[in-house]
Amino acid sequence: MEIPYTVEPRPDTGLYNAKLGIWLFLASEVMLFGALFSSYVLLRTGNPNWVQHPMNVPMATLNTMILISSSVTVILAWAGLRMKNFAQFRKYGILTLLLSFGFMVVKGIEYNAEFELGLFPWTDNYMAVYFTMTGLHGLHVIGGIVVLGYLLGPGAKMWKTKPEQFTNRVETFGLYWHFVDLVWIFLFPSLYLL
Amino acid sequence: MGHDSPEAIQAEIKKYMMVFAALAGLTVVTVAVSYLDLSIAGAVVVAMIVASIKGTLVAGYFMHLLDERFTIYWILALTMLFFAVLMFLPAATVSDHIGTSTEVAQEGAEEHH
Repeated sequence: MEIPYTVEPRPDTGLYNAKLGIWLFLASEVMLFGALFSSYVLLRTGNPNWVQHPMNVPMATLNTMILISSSVTVILAWAGLRMKNFAQFRKYGILTLLLSFGFMVVKGIEYNAEFELGLFPWTDNYMAVYFTMTGLHGLHVIGGIVVLGYLLGPGAKMWKTKPEQFTNRVETFGLYWHFVDLVWIFLFPSLYLL
Repeated sequence: MGHDSPEAIQAEIKKYMMVFAALAGLTVVTVAVSYLDLSIAGAVVVAMIVASIKGTLVAGYFMHLLDERFTIYWILALTMLFFAVLMFLPAATVSDHIGTSTEVAQEGAEEHH
């Protein structure tokens, strides 16, 4: 039996099912990261002796630029499919993949420098919050790499059989990826600059 | 979501590039403001305002929320309500006197004796 509403919108929601699904998932993600932000505010405002270690702002700024750029490349990849241009999807999809690897490499260099300074998740509350939030965000980036890798690799076969459904898959991946970018936009000033 | 004619998509791409330029510019602003000698409250307000503008651009244009179905708006409105509750929980702890009222009562009683 075919899965219904993979392309055409469901009459009651006005959306194809995967789009409704990804937005419900993102709503749960808002609560997940929201709980961590709330905990951070509570820990920080409740501690008069809060220790804020100086973080590597230039590296984090570079990572912000990388993620913003990857948001553009992922939307250009989707635009390529909408224009029936698979080569454009492939080009910008691979670029997105490279940028996401770049983000993780920069984050790895940052973590390494922090470990060398003796800063670990158990050092103090700030470092615990920093590693928890950036670590969870990093896991989301890795999740995105896996999904995009699938869409560019074995999953790309669907373009030949069900191009509209494949385009929708890339759109839902894009929504997830923009959310990962959105979280970083708030993490960056909260953890590095304040 | 916009129309799927190549011209309409090309026009969308131009819009995305402008949003990208705005996001890059606002990132520079975020970092530059952090070097100003602002109070912590001032720095938090400015940083969150700039981050909110950037977030609105990403959600509005890249996630095309400016042109979406009402189903999604309702999901997000409910999410924002619960998110606001989450963010105000720390503030609620300020007015939480459980544990302190007993001490205050005891101190008051000792003063009377």
